[in-house]
Amino acid sequence: MSASAIDHSNDHAHDHDHEHHHKDTFITKYIFSIDHKMIAKQYLITGILMGIIGVAISLLFRLQLAWPEQSFKIFSIVLGDSYAPNGVMANDRYLALVTIHGTIMVFFVLTAALSGTFSNLLIPLQIGARDMASGFLNMVSYWLFFTSSIIMVSSLFVESGPASAGWTIYPPLSALEQAIPGSGMGMTLWLVSMAVFIASSLMGSLNYIVTVINLRTKGMSMTRLPLTIWAFFVTAIIGVISFPVLLSAALLLIMDRSFGTSFFLSDIYIAGEVLHYQGGSPVLFEHLFWFLGHPEVYIILLPALGITSEVIATNSRKPIFGYRAMIMSILAIAFLSTIVWGHHMFISGMNPFLGSVFTFTTLLIAIPSAVKAFNYITTLWKGNLQLNPAMLFSIGLVSTFITGGLTGIILGDSTLDINVHDTYFVVAHFHLVMGISALYGMFAGIYHWYPKMFKRMLNKNLGYIHFWVTAICAYGVFFPMHFIGLAGLPRRYYTNTNFPLFDDLQNVNVLITMFALVGGAFQLVFIYNFFSSIFYGKKTVQNPWKSNTLEWTAPIEHIHGNWPGEIPHVHRWPYDYSKPGHEDDFVPQNVPMKEGEEQLHH
Amino acid sequence: MTSLLVIIVLGLLAIALWQLTKIFDLTQVGVVNDDTQVANDKDNDIQGYLMFGFLAFIYIFTIYGLLKWGPLVLHTPASAHGPELDSLMNVTWLVIFFVQGLTQILLHYFAFKYRGKKEQKALYFSDSNKLEIIWSAIPAVVLAVLILYGLYAWNDIMFIDKDEETIEIELYAQQFNWKARYSGTDNVLGKANVRYIEGVNAVGVDLSDPNAQDDIVVTELHIPKGKKIHFKMRSQDVLHSAYMPHFRAQMNVVPGMVTEFAYTPIYTSDEYRDMPFMVEKVANINKIRAEKSIELVANGETALDPYTFDYLLLCNKICGASHYNMQMKIIVDTPEDYKKWLSDKPTVAQEVKTATVKPADDSKPIGNDSTMVKDSKIVAQVTTK
Repeated sequence: MSASAIDHSNDHAHDHDHEHHHKDTFITKYIFSIDHKMIAKQYLITGILMGIIGVAISLLFRLQLAWPEQSFKIFSIVLGDSYAPNGVMANDRYLALVTIHGTIMVFFVLTAALSGTFSNLLIPLQIGARDMASGFLNMVSYWLFFTSSIIMVSSLFVESGPASAGWTIYPPLSALEQAIPGSGMGMTLWLVSMAVFIASSLMGSLNYIVTVINLRTKGMSMTRLPLTIWAFFVTAIIGVISFPVLLSAALLLIMDRSFGTSFFLSDIYIAGEVLHYQGGSPVLFEHLFWFLGHPEVYIILLPALGITSEVIATNSRKPIFGYRAMIMSILAIAFLSTIVWGHHMFISGMNPFLGSVFTFTTLLIAIPSAVKAFNYITTLWKGNLQLNPAMLFSIGLVSTFITGGLTGIILGDSTLDINVHDTYFVVAHFHLVMGISALYGMFAGIYHWYPKMFKRMLNKNLGYIHFWVTAICAYGVFFPMHFIGLAGLPRRYYTNTNFPLFDDLQNVNVLITMFALVGGAFQLVFIYNFFSSIFYGKKTVQNPWKSNTLEWTAPIEHIHGNWPGEIPHVHRWPYDYSKPGHEDDFVPQNVPMKEGEEQLHH
Repeated sequence: MTSLLVIIVLGLLAIALWQLTKIFDLTQVGVVNDDTQVANDKDNDIQGYLMFGFLAFIYIFTIYGLLKWGPLVLHTPASAHGPELDSLMNVTWLVIFFVQGLTQILLHYFAFKYRGKKEQKALYFSDSNKLEIIWSAIPAVVLAVLILYGLYAWNDIMFIDKDEETIEIELYAQQFNWKARYSGTDNVLGKANVRYIEGVNAVGVDLSDPNAQDDIVVTELHIPKGKKIHFKMRSQDVLHSAYMPHFRAQMNVVPGMVTEFAYTPIYTSDEYRDMPFMVEKVANINKIRAEKSIELVANGETALDPYTFDYLLLCNKICGASHYNMQMKIIVDTPEDYKKWLSDKPTVAQEVKTATVKPADDSKPIGNDSTMVKDSKIVAQVTTK
């Protein structure tokens, strides 16, 4: 591996002419930019805007869940009459909001914005490259993402409503307009948007893979890569493997919807007539969907874990514990993630024997996950923890990752899944383990690399407030959900008032909504901090966190090509924090080894 | 009223936020020349203590939750396989609480204990194969035990022994209600397909099939205590899921194929209602409903009915606008009562005869029905394997 890195070092000889032949106009600099740093910012800001929509939607339907079928002024104002006649949320629109919330958060915020932002920003900077392998492809990737975001958001304004079949869009519900109004125009837009999104994701991923393999600077062997890069690299690989499968599922669904094929449909009698579909199976769709859907969880989570590894090591002033074990865990998780999808389908009607197989593979994935959690904890041990907001979010991530991950032992066990499948228990589990954890990872990344992106610092005190309120509210929202799920409360119910059996759960739902509203409101602190600091934040120094990785050796001022003059060469792994024999408690990767300095076998 | 409440809450939050910023600003007084926005020792100190506080929060919140909401969780299972599932669940919970308790303590305590100080230096400690092996091996062993236990229970529950004597009942799902079809005296369900749906024959029974002659369709599910019930499920439109939480039973209902689940109810509805935990639960729910009724009556609406417990079959797979109200009552009878209840129900064949003046021949569907029936049978066999 290291040999290939050296081979490519001579490629850099001609890199110098990169630096001075660009005359950027406003359009080439800010809009159709091919500079990875600008594209990262574009991803981030688009993602934040999508995140605001996604979270706002969840607050709206939380109001409905706490005070079902009551009239709210805010519904009339924000949602209007078609969603909420007289301020009472309509039942099919409740499902529409749930669907769009899931879609936006999973794909547009936690996949595109998280990976898109930090892969773009960090891959070239941390491996010592002038830019991505293909700047043009990178630009196209962003603009396709932007287009798909616009299409998805515009589906909210379709008269018959946006897609309403849940973010998993299981047919026949998603295929038949007669089944739910949202499966008309709204679902068409959903599918088009996702097809564009997948194209964007594939272009991005291929670029990341090629860049990491080919453009590492001299001395940057694979085992000297920061764990962030390992995470982004492996994430991109899983994306390339699994996203095309979702595309094929979407294409087949489009055919069933528009051209009368029967891939997923059979024997349907709806609205008083028998449809012609014959021989298809919705279970096939479930297989195809989850073949992406489960790796997708790790596409979301791995970048967050990568960011956390870097932030925890830097702020602990200590090497990440078990660097090689961390890489092995990432690889093991990536591999296993592609063979566990069936645990979403234990009770789908597939052969129970398959359930046994998927239980086995699913519980296996707990092992590398546990290794990662233990390694994080050990990294903190005997550190000198600099509790910056990014560090707090990273510790928060480890906490929710453990809390949410542990309930996975229940859901991954086919027997136990029977009775908690599709209840609020599942909602609690996946929100903690991938929703909140990945969001924390994203926040950690933003607080940590904000100075690199915007040349200014975020206000730390606002960051502290943001973290603590978010941390308490996240547990406040999702912890009680375990209990109402274990009480048998199904998810995706518009109201529970038709079941007196669940009357005693209503005050828990009110509490959850309260926590959600407070938590949601305090995200405004972050939004304010983020946007005001772009203009008024404290100016940063070059390496504010005293970090080892290469991005901090680049000048504060962004230039196309990242480094003026030669690209720094790498002489050590990225985690030489508090190494005995050095004056400072950090030794950047471009500092040559001292004579006789002991090198760990990295 | 509630929207006003929300506005007030948001207003108060804004004030709280403003005050908090001021407090944090005040903590910065006296720190000379330090607006680098990088955590200093004072920040580390405050945040370290808060981390410790957060550990307390997690623990207190967990204990509060267990005490306050623990009783809401589904209690005694009403099916024969239920206790096995519940004890696996309890073992798993023990593992979870042990690991959760330990790791959260370590994580937050370390965050507090090793909070940064100027003069402190971190330990350069990056690797230990021994530790890695230990904490890979322990989860592996624990999980192996859970997997084996789980698979044993899973096979027990899911694989239906062909020789075992069961009562065959079809659960039939459509937007947004459930029906049940009883196989009658021959205990064999007649063939059925959506293409046979017509008039009162709402579940599409093939009336030319001899086995279908004694089939009975009802909208309330009665099952006898102590007999194994073999449910075969069909849907006519979209995916549904037959969720019977008290029986620890759930299976998706898929258009175009037949899915199955079998269990033995072990308490009649009356017996289950009289269990102390259920008496308490129902009393509590009725208290809530009574309070709510007072409010409703005051607003000129009708009061809520008092609640008596019944087993339920809920739809648990998003199936359309009224998904939230797709339910069917389940009554577990003693075998005698069950027989009595079933005996005076008309068969589908009789219903069709009385409902239509035309001869039965005309109700035959258009198209090549023999292949259709064959198709659905093949799918069904795949699932029974």
